[in-house]
Amino acid sequence: MRWILALSNPWTWRMAWRESRSRRGRLLLFGSSIVIGIAALIAIDSFRVSLTRAVEEQAKSLLGADLVVAGRSKFGAAEDAVLRAIGGRQSRETDLSSMVLFPATDGLRLAQVRGLDGDFPYYGALETDPPDAARRWREQGGALVDESLLAQFGAKPGDAVKVGELRTIVVGSLRRVPGDTLAFATLAPRVYLRQQDLEKANLIQLGSLGRYKCYIQLPPGQTAAKALKPVRKQMDQLRLGHTTAEKRQEDLGNAMERLSNFLSLVGFVALFLGGVGVANAIHTHVKEKLAHVAVLRCLGAGEAQTFAIYLAQALVLGAVASTAGVVLGVVVQSLFPFVLGDFLPVTVAFELRPARLLEGFGVGWAFCLLFAALPLLSIRHASPMGALRVASGMGSPRRIGWPEMLMGFLLCFASVVFAMSHTARKLHGVFFMGGLLAALLCLWGTAHALMLALRRRVPAAWPYPWRQGLSNLYRPNNRTTLLLLSLGLGTFVLLTLELTQGVLLRELTKDGGENRPNTVLFDIQPDQRDGVLALVRSNGVRVVEEAPIITMRLAKIQGRTTDQILASTNRQIAKWALRREYRCTWRDKLSGTETLTAGTWHPRFDAAKDPAPVSLEEGIAKDLGVGLGDEIVFDLQGVTIPTRVASLRKVEWRRVQPNFFVVFPPGVLESAPAFHVLATRATSPRQSAELQRSLVAKYPNVSVIDLSLVLSTLDSIVSKISLGIQFMAFFTVATGLLVLMGALWTSRKQRVRETALLRTLGASKGQIRTILMMEYASLGALAAVAASGLALLSSWALVHFLFHASFAPSFAPILAAGALIPGVTLVTGWWSSRGVLDVAPLEILREEG
Amino acid sequence: MQPKPLLEVDRLTKTYAGAHGTLTVLSEVSFSLAAGETCSIVGPSGSGKTTLLGLCAGLDRPSSGDVRVDGDSLGSLDEEALARFRSERVGFIFQSFQLLPMLTALENVMVPLELRGAPNPRGPAEDLLRTVGLADRQDHYPAQLSGGEQQRVAIARAFVNKPRVLFADEPTGNLDQETAQRVVDMLFELNASSQTALVLVTHNLELAAKAHQVIRLRGGRRVEVA
Repeated sequence: MRWILALSNPWTWRMAWRESRSRRGRLLLFGSSIVIGIAALIAIDSFRVSLTRAVEEQAKSLLGADLVVAGRSKFGAAEDAVLRAIGGRQSRETDLSSMVLFPATDGLRLAQVRGLDGDFPYYGALETDPPDAARRWREQGGALVDESLLAQFGAKPGDAVKVGELRTIVVGSLRRVPGDTLAFATLAPRVYLRQQDLEKANLIQLGSLGRYKCYIQLPPGQTAAKALKPVRKQMDQLRLGHTTAEKRQEDLGNAMERLSNFLSLVGFVALFLGGVGVANAIHTHVKEKLAHVAVLRCLGAGEAQTFAIYLAQALVLGAVASTAGVVLGVVVQSLFPFVLGDFLPVTVAFELRPARLLEGFGVGWAFCLLFAALPLLSIRHASPMGALRVASGMGSPRRIGWPEMLMGFLLCFASVVFAMSHTARKLHGVFFMGGLLAALLCLWGTAHALMLALRRRVPAAWPYPWRQGLSNLYRPNNRTTLLLLSLGLGTFVLLTLELTQGVLLRELTKDGGENRPNTVLFDIQPDQRDGVLALVRSNGVRVVEEAPIITMRLAKIQGRTTDQILASTNRQIAKWALRREYRCTWRDKLSGTETLTAGTWHPRFDAAKDPAPVSLEEGIAKDLGVGLGDEIVFDLQGVTIPTRVASLRKVEWRRVQPNFFVVFPPGVLESAPAFHVLATRATSPRQSAELQRSLVAKYPNVSVIDLSLVLSTLDSIVSKISLGIQFMAFFTVATGLLVLMGALWTSRKQRVRETALLRTLGASKGQIRTILMMEYASLGALAAVAASGLALLSSWALVHFLFHASFAPSFAPILAAGALIPGVTLVTGWWSSRGVLDVAPLEILREEG
Repeated sequence: MQPKPLLEVDRLTKTYAGAHGTLTVLSEVSFSLAAGETCSIVGPSGSGKTTLLGLCAGLDRPSSGDVRVDGDSLGSLDEEALARFRSERVGFIFQSFQLLPMLTALENVMVPLELRGAPNPRGPAEDLLRTVGLADRQDHYPAQLSGGEQQRVAIARAFVNKPRVLFADEPTGNLDQETAQRVVDMLFELNASSQTALVLVTHNLELAAKAHQVIRLRGGRRVEVA
């Protein structure tokens, strides 16, 4: 550990400073490859801290109340008694999905209609434009409509709006509701009515998908747990759920932690790649300095002392790069609210936390040093004899001793620890690092395979500049491996995101031809069925599928009541599966989205053979722990219906079509109160819009899901999510470009010398340009090919194992990468080689002499 | 009475293990040198001249044999002690000058003193630069100096720590005849005045002949002593 002592000697630092003259700019350029990675980590970490703080500060306004009690059925006397027992100030809300029409423009869309009474929100406020709209709405009625919905149809406050049978005025546009995110509002735009106005809309009918809530502000000193304790049993019996501000805060905290962890890992890829760039820069720097090291050793400098000189340079480089990273990180941090703002239910203020900045600085510096240390260690092997044997080009021999192994281990260990601290499960961190190393290894392998292939056969018939350009890829001092790593890793990360997103979106948008519905009508009452069918047909829209829907609950499984199962200590069935409402249907055949996987399908039911044979979806059968032949008793508004599991089905849930957990055979439920769903196919968006308009005019309670609208909404949400991810992935690409530039600059001297020699031997400028172009273009093309191959593999693995979807990638991103990456490489190569042709050959030869 | 030897080289041998067996580049070479004396090593390329110089200066370790300076054996010194030995008792002059390009002429000359932790390295370094006639070029970088000037800076650097032995590897190899003559004169004058033992590797027989003794090497063996 003599080098530590040497570092404490001021002369070491003075010498390091002198020794870096005329190289400082270049060293800093090389060091900059790690700046972006450090910036990414600092930005994410600082943002996470600000976000956590914002969530803590705004915890109550995340819910707008201390406690929310919610149920699927309209609150009756029993529910009222429970709510009275809880006490405090209360507001009731009814949420429904319904069509909303703006008569001025004929704009029509499915929206989330909320009927509210009371003073909710108790914490935070309904943010509206104009600001007093919420107060006027409470006093005079009307509707508060999401600003995105108003913007979609060009509507504004003062315009008329029709919800169900109610025609009213938009009193203001809704900007923010405590607890809701903007992304959520995009997916399901909200329309607020007063409770008494919602009743006038007459939307609550049989089978309506409503949700009933009561927002509660507890008296001072009262906690949610204390308030709920005496009524828990009744709430369970009434199937009432609840959420508290603390729970919301915790859930949100977990979600935000996962998000920031994910972003940190993406940022870490940039840091790691930047580290590789630093290692390369130091390697080149050290290689250039070996002769100086030998001279210093001749003059009496010890091994530790010379090592300390260059270590001091690396320390300063790391400190400067980390400082620059901190500054850039602060700038990036200020951009996060714009990139991720739509997904955040709280307002995140920009703030600087010195402790976090210092921590980020430390992590960046440590990684910079760990990466720099490996090439620095080769200084120890530099023999003073090198000063005498300059002509023989004697370099330092490549030896791997225990310090190199220790440093490699430390680097891996630090990386794994970092990854583990940013994943929910420690093992995932190990997998992440494993994946990253595997990707690097694949790119490294590709580079070496390419060099081997080129060494064996570059077609002799090709023109000389082509052969020379390709041969440069494997000749001594080539940068092939580094360039493939730097270009390939960034491209791989971006392509993986792009391909996976594309596959998943296409899976959703897969039309599948004429038999797939694109407009789904629901909430059709039994007495409206024939009229709606006639209306659909008169609009020229084809009915693809019709399904009656009956809502039931589970009463017994294998002879045990749900209450007994819930009370048992070794219960293995989830509470939600036992308590949920099951929307069932009956039909005599499988639908297009279903496949029978076990048992027998019963197209009809013989009433003499009790119980009824039902078909269960595979997943729910697993959740309920039932199989073929097991008995399930359903409760249909007090009437029990015994059934037997006769078959299991696999259902393609991704298709927008009525799909069911439980399907009965005809002959069991026909007399029960059912509402209907119609899956139809309109030939054009215009036809679909006309159908929706005539439906709203005649059957205002019927809701319509327009698949094209769902998909465009989904697309905009996914695009926003991927923007956030791509924002981070961009750091990796930018780092890759910096590493590329650094690598090309380090080889510039060699390039100038080669060019001078070639020109002396008679090569024209055109030939030399072709050589350079061939080299860069083939490097870029290979990086694109290798990254595309890797990205296809990783996106397939993600789609197959994580999303369980079929993998049908679009080749557009791959083609784009194929064109873009060689282009960028060519431009960067060209930029870093500028002036190479202008150096007079004689100048170089004189230097050489 | 013969003067007490300053540098004693005793049956020095250097072998390298290669893929095709052992290669002997220097075999049992012995000689000694007293203070103020000069010795030149001559021989064709590959005869082991540089290897012998490196071993004498403690830059490399022999396979067998020993080098003693002032009676102290280099064989018993570890790497750090060897570095200290070079810093305190040895000076070097190289064919390609080997000035550190990022350091000015003055800084280059100061380095050996700084390495020893000398309290005021600037004074002696400036004096020596004045002696070699480069007082007005002390703030220039090597790239701004001619070959002859660079070698004079190297000579100043070699003498600045008052070495006991000075090793010069082809000191005029990269210089024209006139400049070479000036450099050689300066080297021998400084050597005489500072009572340093000078070991010189050269192809230049005229220069070699100026030394008190000439060691001729061929195939790693000493073939003749003049």
